[in-house]
Amino acid sequence: MADLRINLAGIESPNPFWLASAPPTNSGYQVQRAFDAGWGGAVWKTLGEPIINVTSRFAGLHFGGQRVLGFNNIELITDRPLEENLKEMLETKKLFPKHTLIASLMVEHKREAWHEIVKKVEAIGVDGLELNFGCPHGMAERGMGSAVGQHPDLIRQQVEWVKEVAQTPVIVKLTPNITDIRFTARAASEGGADAVSMINTINSLIGVDLDSWLPIPHVDGKGAHGGYCGPAVKPIALNMVAECARDPQVGIPISGIGGISTWQDAVEFLLMGASGVQVCTAAMHHGFRIVEDMIDGLNNYLDERGIASVMDIVGKAVHTYSDWGHLNLNYKVVARIHEETCINCNKCHIACEDTSHQCIDIVTDEMTGKERLVVREEDCVGCNLCSIVCPVEGTIEMVEIPSDQPPLSWNQRQAALAADRSCEAAQE
Amino acid sequence: MSVRREETKTASMLQANFQEVVPALKPKEAIDEANRCLFCYDAPCIKACPTSIDIPSFIKKIATGNLLGSARTIMEANPVGASCARVCPTEELCEGACVLNHASKPIMIGLLQRHATDWAIKNQKILFHAGEQNGKRVAIVGGGPAGLSAARELARLGYEVTVFEAREKAGGLNTYGIVSFRLPQEVALWEVEQIEQMGVTIKTGTRVGVDVTPEELLQSFEAVLLAAGMGAVPMLNIEGEDLIGVLDAISLVEDTKTKPLTDLMLGKKVVVIGAGNTAIDGATASKRLGAQLVQILYRRTEKEMTCYEFEYEFAKQDGVEFRWLVAPTRIIGENGRVTGIELMRMELGEPDAKGRRRPEPVPGSEFVMEVDFVVKAIGQTRHVDLIEMFGLQHKNGIVEIEEGTYRTSHPHVYAAGDVIFGGGNTDAMVVDAANHGKRAAHAIHTALEAKSQPVL
Ligand SMILES: Cc1cc2nc3c(=O)[nH]c(=O)nc-3n(C[C@H](O)[C@H](O)[C@H](O)COP(=O)(O)OP(=O)(O)OC[C@H]3O[C@@H](n4cnc5c(N)ncnc54)[C@H](O)[C@@H]3O)c2cc1C
Ligand SMILES: Cc1cc2nc3c(=O)[nH]c(=O)nc-3n(C[C@H](O)[C@H](O)[C@H](O)COP(=O)(O)O)c2cc1C
Ligand code: SF4
Ligand code: SF4
Ligand code: SF4
Repeated sequence: MADLRINLAGIESPNPFWLASAPPTNSGYQVQRAFDAGWGGAVWKTLGEPIINVTSRFAGLHFGGQRVLGFNNIELITDRPLEENLKEMLETKKLFPKHTLIASLMVEHKREAWHEIVKKVEAIGVDGLELNFGCPHGMAERGMGSAVGQHPDLIRQQVEWVKEVAQTPVIVKLTPNITDIRFTARAASEGGADAVSMINTINSLIGVDLDSWLPIPHVDGKGAHGGYCGPAVKPIALNMVAECARDPQVGIPISGIGGISTWQDAVEFLLMGASGVQVCTAAMHHGFRIVEDMIDGLNNYLDERGIASVMDIVGKAVHTYSDWGHLNLNYKVVARIHEETCINCNKCHIACEDTSHQCIDIVTDEMTGKERLVVREEDCVGCNLCSIVCPVEGTIEMVEIPSDQPPLSWNQRQAALAADRSCEAAQE
Repeated sequence: MSVRREETKTASMLQANFQEVVPALKPKEAIDEANRCLFCYDAPCIKACPTSIDIPSFIKKIATGNLLGSARTIMEANPVGASCARVCPTEELCEGACVLNHASKPIMIGLLQRHATDWAIKNQKILFHAGEQNGKRVAIVGGGPAGLSAARELARLGYEVTVFEAREKAGGLNTYGIVSFRLPQEVALWEVEQIEQMGVTIKTGTRVGVDVTPEELLQSFEAVLLAAGMGAVPMLNIEGEDLIGVLDAISLVEDTKTKPLTDLMLGKKVVVIGAGNTAIDGATASKRLGAQLVQILYRRTEKEMTCYEFEYEFAKQDGVEFRWLVAPTRIIGENGRVTGIELMRMELGEPDAKGRRRPEPVPGSEFVMEVDFVVKAIGQTRHVDLIEMFGLQHKNGIVEIEEGTYRTSHPHVYAAGDVIFGGGNTDAMVVDAANHGKRAAHAIHTALEAKSQPVL
């Protein structure tokens, strides 16, 4: 049994799986059920001035028979009075002293407002704070949430205000609705944040009803953009985590969020630099019990590899993530088809023929009359498209072709060319 | 030379006939199917499984590639879960209850269960460890599904467990009685190994009542669990039963699982008497031994058969024929060998105690059929002698137990599996035996715990 405990910027937790601040953490009843089910921590539904929610709030993106690949919401922060939330948080912490309880906060752009709420939640004994600079709808129109999260200066300043009074670690939750998340992560770090968490939801409109021509969801005939999350956003979140993890100017621990549904997703985030993960949509889709396989699967994965502690894998893949200019231009892979498992759907052929480099031939075997798919390796550019569309996992393998050239990146190549040119210039 | 070649051809044909019939799921099939499961909450499939396997959980684990966790979830609830994946009448249990029956097609739970447990078998995983020793000893009589399940649970609870098993190998009917083409012996023996490696002692070749007495067990163990199953196929008690060519289905199947396959039935005519799962296994085994014609003779009709639907279908697909409303009156022979069987027509009369209509002979309707083999498969006898040696109350060899605690009339003796199976409209099931064994183990634990509490 591997050690699954984590330490994220001084916050300890029995395991890396936390519920993200969202409907699953709306009340004491829910968070206590979640802890019973095995979740290591919970970030309480964002506290602030109580708001009024609209009804009809969520929509799902279903694709090809799979439900909830993506999820969209126009819900705001907590709609319950602060006192009620605080009372239940206190009770929850008493019942579950070893579990991690984080208060998510969002208030107006005022120093006193931040001071006041920080003191209130710390008084009941939370393990840390998460500043919500991420909600993309509603709150942003009132100058909060992602309206702050899109301005490095505003982030820096508000973090500084919080740090003036905070006794517990401060996590800053960032919005993905921005061109380069490193700028806002750096601002949080400069402001004194102990960690960053990402991502909050992405601006989205799930769909339009073909009969009524109304946006989905709509509220009495009108819609507004919502926040997108769920499995579909994982690649966006994973990239943002990795970019921050490898940026020395960010330099603080990361809590990874966005599309995490399985232990495998979690391992990827941990390898790319997250010290723990947060989950919302997967819990909303299946209930708290999904954490059982997350814990079991992660534990078996670590045991299988003889890794004693989950913290030992944190960030282990970050050094492999780089800029395009550093990739080796002389590395070559080609597609190889394993005929034993090929079912002759010809999808690889048509994908390559119509949309890539026309190098998978359908060849009729003269002896048997059977068709085979053959890659002309000399023409294959190693784009992976065929192996992506192939329905039988493992049938198209991308194999490395040894190169007689030494590794050479674009940057090295340009540097060498420039050196040549300056030599020529000097010679002239 | 050519005779030898013919012989090896026959031998390899017979061997092929006894390979597992239902193919395993292909990797893609398993993933696709696992992802189709809805991961229901409070799922009806769990409630329909006698051992309450957390089916959505083990299927989710297949979907996330956590096969070790999946196999553990299965085997935790059901210590013979790899065998059950193959022999459970799933359409009457878990798959019959799957919510997708109402919306599309039920999930192939049995095959997914096999997918996960096959992975554990192939990768030689050890799934469970013994609990901390508590110094108490329990004896189990019989190493079939019921005894093994109890042994596994008791070992996890820290008991020193000794299983007394009459046969050379443990596993009970899973090892010796269910045909290889449905349940290969390796699967049953892997389950035995899983339990042995936990430190459970299995004394094979030790028949309680012969090699060791019930008194000895009661003296040296704090509790005894009787899980000896049922006995051989009973006699038909008709003329000609001692002729060569009269076999009993369980021994016939056992021979195919323990000895090289013979060509004795090649091209012959076989009749099987009975219509439970023993009859089906006897009939399909005969067919696969090369018999030209195999007929199941039953004194009632299709409706009253006790075998499961899937077995009936399977037998029909194997080319087994069924004749209803006939009963044997005499087996006819020449030179000591079977040559024919005399049958009498029956008709259904009033319902019996179990609500099944009683077959009654039609006077003067006797007729003779030419046959080479008569396979008896009219159920199993009870271990009345053994039960009486323990001094247990029973009804016609069915051990009486207290509801819920599996305790017999003797305060230190518990019973589980086929020894307590009271009959009914279907045959006994491995999964029920496993469930009894598991529950009996916990009942024994509760009783022994209570006993060791100091009285205040
Ligand atoms: C031909 C056939 C086909 C079947 N097919 C199916 C099927 O498809 N699906 C299904 O669910 N069920 C099937 N069953 C039923 C199933 O096999 C039984 O219900 C199940 O094996 C009962 O388990 P058990 O542990 O109670 O008894 P058993 O499996 O009979 O095990 C009892 C064990 O006790 C040992 N024993 C007996 N006496 C003594 C003694 N005095 N001392 C020591 N050891 C002793 C025996 O050697 C044996 O190993 C079938 C049964 C038969 C006969
Ligand atoms: C209905 C809903 C409400 C949410 N409310 C909040 C919130 O109050 N505060 C917050 O920080 N994030 C909120 N989020 C964002 C989630 O915490 C999380 O960052 C996002 O859903 C991505 O994770 P996921 O893909 O696992 O769902 C909300 C998400 C959803 C779906
Ligand atoms: S896509 Fe895969 S399965 Fe289909 S033809 Fe190509 S290699 Fe075969
Ligand atoms: S043990 Fe049998 S009944 Fe239970 S889930 Fe498995 S196949 Fe279904
Ligand atoms: S009832 Fe069917 S769909 Fe639901 S959990 Fe069970 S197997 Fe899956």
